[in-house]
Amino acid sequence: MTARVVLRGFGWRHAGRRAWAVRGVDLSVEAGERVLLLGPSGAGKSTLLAALAGLLSDDSGEQEGTVEVDGVDPRADRDRVGIVFQDPESQLVMARCGDDVAFGLENRGVPAGEIWPRVDEALRRVGFPYDRDRPTAALSGGEQQRLALAGALAPRPGLLLLDEPTANLDPAGAALVRRAVADAVTADTALVLVEHRVAEALPLVDRVVVLEPGGGVRADGPPEAVFAAHGDALAAEGVWVPGRTVPPRRATAAPGEALLTADGAALPPRLAPTDLAVRAGEALAVLGPNGAGKSTLALLLGGLLRPGAGQVAATRELAGRDAATAPHRWRAPALARRIGSVFQDPEHQFVTGTVYDELALGPRRTGHGEAAVRATVDGLLDRLRLARLARANPYTLSGGEARRLSVATALATAPRLLVCDEPTFGQDRRTWLELVDLFAELRDGGHGVVAVTHDADFVAALADRRLTLARDPAAVAA
Amino acid sequence: MNHTDSNRWRTIDIVVASVIAVAFGVIFWAWGLVWSATEGAFAFFPPAQTLLYGVWLMPAVLGGLVIRKPGAALYCETVAAVLSALLGSQWAGTVIPQGMVQGLGAELAFAAFRYRSFRLPTALLAGALTGVGAALFDFLVWNAEYDLTGYRLPYALLTVVSATIIAGAGAWALLRALLTTGALDRFPAARARTPI
Amino acid sequence: MISISPVAVPGAPLARRNPVAKVAAALVFSFTLLATLDPVAPAVAIGVELAVLPLFGIRYGVLARRAAPLLLSAAGIVVTLVLFAAERTGRTLVEAGPVAVTSGVLLTALGLALRMLAVALPGVIVFATTDPTDLADALVQNARAPARFAIGALAAFRLVPLLGQEWQMISMARRARGVDAGRNPVARLRLFVSTAFALLVGAIRRGTRLAVAMDARGFDAATPRTVARRQRFGPADGLLVAGAAALAGAALAVSVALGTFRPLIG
Ligand SMILES: Nc1ncnc2c1ncn2[C@@H]1O[C@H](COP(=O)(O)OP(=O)(O)OP(=O)(O)O)[C@@H](O)[C@H]1O
Ligand SMILES: Nc1ncnc2c1ncn2[C@@H]1O[C@H](COP(=O)(O)OP(=O)(O)OP(=O)(O)O)[C@@H](O)[C@H]1O
Ligand SMILES: [Mg+2]
Ligand SMILES: [Mg+2]
Repeated sequence: MTARVVLRGFGWRHAGRRAWAVRGVDLSVEAGERVLLLGPSGAGKSTLLAALAGLLSDDSGEQEGTVEVDGVDPRADRDRVGIVFQDPESQLVMARCGDDVAFGLENRGVPAGEIWPRVDEALRRVGFPYDRDRPTAALSGGEQQRLALAGALAPRPGLLLLDEPTANLDPAGAALVRRAVADAVTADTALVLVEHRVAEALPLVDRVVVLEPGGGVRADGPPEAVFAAHGDALAAEGVWVPGRTVPPRRATAAPGEALLTADGAALPPRLAPTDLAVRAGEALAVLGPNGAGKSTLALLLGGLLRPGAGQVAATRELAGRDAATAPHRWRAPALARRIGSVFQDPEHQFVTGTVYDELALGPRRTGHGEAAVRATVDGLLDRLRLARLARANPYTLSGGEARRLSVATALATAPRLLVCDEPTFGQDRRTWLELVDLFAELRDGGHGVVAVTHDADFVAALADRRLTLARDPAAVAA
Repeated sequence: MNHTDSNRWRTIDIVVASVIAVAFGVIFWAWGLVWSATEGAFAFFPPAQTLLYGVWLMPAVLGGLVIRKPGAALYCETVAAVLSALLGSQWAGTVIPQGMVQGLGAELAFAAFRYRSFRLPTALLAGALTGVGAALFDFLVWNAEYDLTGYRLPYALLTVVSATIIAGAGAWALLRALLTTGALDRFPAARARTPI
Repeated sequence: MISISPVAVPGAPLARRNPVAKVAAALVFSFTLLATLDPVAPAVAIGVELAVLPLFGIRYGVLARRAAPLLLSAAGIVVTLVLFAAERTGRTLVEAGPVAVTSGVLLTALGLALRMLAVALPGVIVFATTDPTDLADALVQNARAPARFAIGALAAFRLVPLLGQEWQMISMARRARGVDAGRNPVARLRLFVSTAFALLVGAIRRGTRLAVAMDARGFDAATPRTVARRQRFGPADGLLVAGAAALAGAALAVSVALGTFRPLIG
């Protein structure tokens, strides 16, 4: 099946927002074209993909202009379009992998006899390593992402839409998914891909479209031409233009005393025994493949989980007389003052109803006056470009906005030790630089920073030391 | 107000109704973890059991208030019952017909208002009628052997009262609270907001 | 951990039967037994249930664990009946104020406890051996349940284990942000309520997103759905239901023959 996309003066405003998420977009994509859709965080890329997939319903906002896929509104006929979202977990429907791929085929009325051969073919095309009966709950993030891709490919869509399909994957997993996309997309399938890290996505595409945050299309054409003509301006606006390096932010002083130590800390089967020490004035990067136990380690260091074996201990430098008890047994306010945690899934972080309250919660809980709270919150809102969203509900933010907010909530109390899980994913170049600056300032002010990350640029720019967790087959099997 | 005229269920109606039922199942499970000590008391002290009963009946009323379509209350309570059977509830299979009888009670209340009113009185009536369904089932099936005035009638009355207050007024208050979170923005219950 | 996957040895002859047939058999068996209040018929029925257990591929230990809460409820029945029995016939064993424990009361209590066990066990057995996906398929194909509703409910069931993890994550997030309850029971109850509320909100958000993902894959398309997994209701399945009815009837017959039968109504 082939598909041709035409947008005329397209705009969408989400219900409850005064600003348009996207506006004035004129664009056409021919069958077989492969487009990389770029733009700063919050420019409306995800919204545009949802429109192409026919997923923006009347009750969730207001539309301007028209969207057509093969001459019809995709809301009326979604058969030509396949989409893979950023978060794999909420797009798997069935309990078994094969059934999940078959789901889309059943819905489209594919004859029963054809379903299983097509399921097997789709699974083969994405290089899925397990059989059809594997429970979807027993897959790692990268495997789930590949399964979602197979589910989108099985109905043979003419238009394939991918929204940051490799976010949160380790480099090997991301390469696998990219290869699967390259192999799977046939010559007459149109592809629209959203991905901040341009360099990695370029081999998959032959055209780049840059959205302008205020409305319209900023640039459109073959990648080399676009970057040659607008490279500097785009980089300044936040696009990761290939070939432009970022300045390193090395520590300005030698690290100070240890703040927290892990001594054979383990949580079978999620994490094998691990030793480490975090020092004041030092940024420690924790690396390792998907499923190695990095997030589990972060929760242990954050005093949120009890180690199954070994121990996590704070020093007097961090906790004073409380150093005698393990962090997971501290009362919550004491914990929040000393150790800040940023969860891997930003939405896990949120406990209030507006962006402002979310940032104000920590300072209020740790006993700051309202004037001081306001100053802290306004400063963070400005630096992370969230000021116009202060009254918004945290759950309506774009992927990158939500990530920045979750990091900012932990920064707001300026804890002596900050433990972050994937703090930079989904960021455009500008907000990324801002985040790195914030972390560097904290570190140079004598705070300790632990960052779990797959982001090689981030490690290169900031990390003073790195710890790589291996995926221990014995621990995983246990 | 974006009232949906059609009685056809959207996918989001079906999934969210199911999810409400499922979430209540999980909350009950977590209740067991946190307050395992109280379970014994519930088994031995019958009035406490009827208190818990009201919470069990909440999905029916809440489902009806959120979805606002014919069958919503019945569907939610039935799905909750099937889930508790799958999770290995001690009542297993019998909860399914029981859930249907209870859901039917709330359904009748919403139908009596022709699926047009979803205010507090409707919610209270829906709670009371689910309570009647539950009480009837227990009165006939489980409590036959007990003293009529000393146990069966008070038990039935307490069930209805607890259902009216907890399931009826409780679900209504819960709906108010849910609306402020923005999670129900795509449902007719969400009123116009001031844009930001 | 919370889980809804079956616990049976796969391939056991009765566990493999059509899920609709299994559920129907359990309901027929249970509801037939509800008709009597005597201890004999339920005792016979429990014997039957334990005898067919191996055919369902369930080990006795597994059943004991799943049915453990039933024993607590059975004890509850005895206590409640001692306090609130309708009639107190027979020899008085213990007397304390208004409460008289007589042999008649104890016999009735035994009957009720056995009846409760006998009625509940078939459901426990059937649901312990039934996969939710198969149940939904069979409900659509063999019981004419509307497909959109069955599949929608099934998709929500997949969230059950995820919601269990979500509960932990919400608790951790609160702690990380400086919110906890300590040992104060009132504060603990309030934290429980607010965590439960956050779980419900999160679940509705997840459900909304899942519905969008399902629509993206054509779930609400006007095209009639086809089925990838065939569920058949064969003669063996019919036999299972008939057999359940016959066995429950036999249990009642034994009770009638022994003269212990006490109908629920009348
Ligand atoms: N459901 C929603 N309700 C209200 N506003 C929304 C909703 N989803 C997105 N928005 C807003 O619309 C704007 C565009 O969001 P969108 O998710 O399309 O951005 P994006 O370009 O994908 O950004 P990112 O790179 O950070 O993912 C943002 O300002 C966001 O806050
Ligand atoms: N709540 C949980 N219960 C049981 N097992 C879990 C839980 N969370 C994670 N696991 C498992 O523990 C292992 C380590 O998980 P963890 O999330 O710590 O990995 P990770 O290194 O952070 O991976 P990623 O890079 O994908 O985020 C994985 O195999 C995972 O499936
Ligand atoms: Mg996005
Ligand atoms: Mg992780």
